[in-house]
Amino acid sequence: MLAVDKNTFEEEVLGSEGYTLVDFWSEGCEPCKALMPDVEELENEFQGKVKFTKLDTGKARRLAISQRVLGLPTIVLYKGGEKIAEVTKDDATKEKIKEMIQVSLNA
Amino acid sequence: MENIYDVIIIGAGPAGLSSGLYASRAKLNTLILEKDKTGGQIVTTDEVANYPGSIEDATGPAIVARMVQQAEEFGAVRKKDTVLDVDLEGAIKTVKCLNGEYKAKAVIIASGAKPKKIGCPGEVELTGKGVSYCATCDADFFTDFEVFVIGGGDSAVEEAMYLTKFARKVTVVHRRDELRAAKSIQDKAFANEKMDFLWNSTVDEIKGNGIVESIVFKDMKTGETTEFNAPEEDGTFGIFPFIGYEPLSHLFQGKVGMDQGGYIKTDDDMKTDINGVFAAGDIRVKSLRQVITAAADGAIAAVQAERYIDQL
Repeated sequence: MLAVDKNTFEEEVLGSEGYTLVDFWSEGCEPCKALMPDVEELENEFQGKVKFTKLDTGKARRLAISQRVLGLPTIVLYKGGEKIAEVTKDDATKEKIKEMIQVSLNA
Repeated sequence: MENIYDVIIIGAGPAGLSSGLYASRAKLNTLILEKDKTGGQIVTTDEVANYPGSIEDATGPAIVARMVQQAEEFGAVRKKDTVLDVDLEGAIKTVKCLNGEYKAKAVIIASGAKPKKIGCPGEVELTGKGVSYCATCDADFFTDFEVFVIGGGDSAVEEAMYLTKFARKVTVVHRRDELRAAKSIQDKAFANEKMDFLWNSTVDEIKGNGIVESIVFKDMKTGETTEFNAPEEDGTFGIFPFIGYEPLSHLFQGKVGMDQGGYIKTDDDMKTDINGVFAAGDIRVKSLRQVITAAADGAIAAVQAERYIDQL
């Protein structure tokens, strides 16, 4: 997964043409760390269709809030830089992230 | 032939990990299943000050890492999988998971509990949008913002104090006029300049368009409601409910004896009303739900599971 930060988010996510997924996480968030291997598996599954990125909100708090992310883990799907779907907290599971991506790709 | 474990442990919190340690040390072929973060609730706790021996490096994640290492050193196998259904009757128990089916001679249920919701309008919709049950996950977002902690017990007040390291001000909202938390915790809380208290109050509603923007409190004595709006320069604030726990036992409903609250009933040996099925930790009917009692339950359950298997 491509690690983005407050300097590269604009270009890599908001300026990206196709589907981009952002895994909002932080060092202090244990559920995020437990979830990340699942997101990495999904990255392989959707290779070539969705660009997978991760943002450490500990170093980009204002940016996260500007994206209306106020709780972790949150997984957001963007299309052409627009937020089109997200799952957060208890809903941030491998199955639900996969479903979110599939529904969006088929829409 | 298909692999039959001696014991399957459902849940990898302190109860499950202690069970795993004791079971694998007794040479039982042991599988620990966990669908979520290893360590359960304690892994999102900043400081575990009351587990004997946990003085240095006493964070939840550090303690859990040591428990995991210890269980694995004796040979316990851990898998990340979600239990969908269980068949606990008979000599061989079946645990159906998302990624496969596992069989064992004995099962230890250590699936724990999760924070109880307030149950007011707006709470579910705004979870992750200002409403949080995990201070270590989300405290950082509320740096220099206001935060409300709902509840008056040990965890509410301890989490509130943790949040004062980030927030500008933390208000504990409690339905009574005095805290239930231990005296030593209360003393620290009252001495903390960033802490404030709103007594005899409950939460009626949480409002906001996409993120938390206001909260409505109800005075238990007068019935009057008051609304707190996010300061304009902040745009939002945090709400952390810590009003108790509910057991994660729905999978076992109708299969294992429970009390009205959904907690599993056991005897002193952690035996449920099904042969070969044990329960340990927060999932049990018990008077004190702490890491130390979870660990003790886990040890007892594993030893009893070993005895049960020996008699098969």
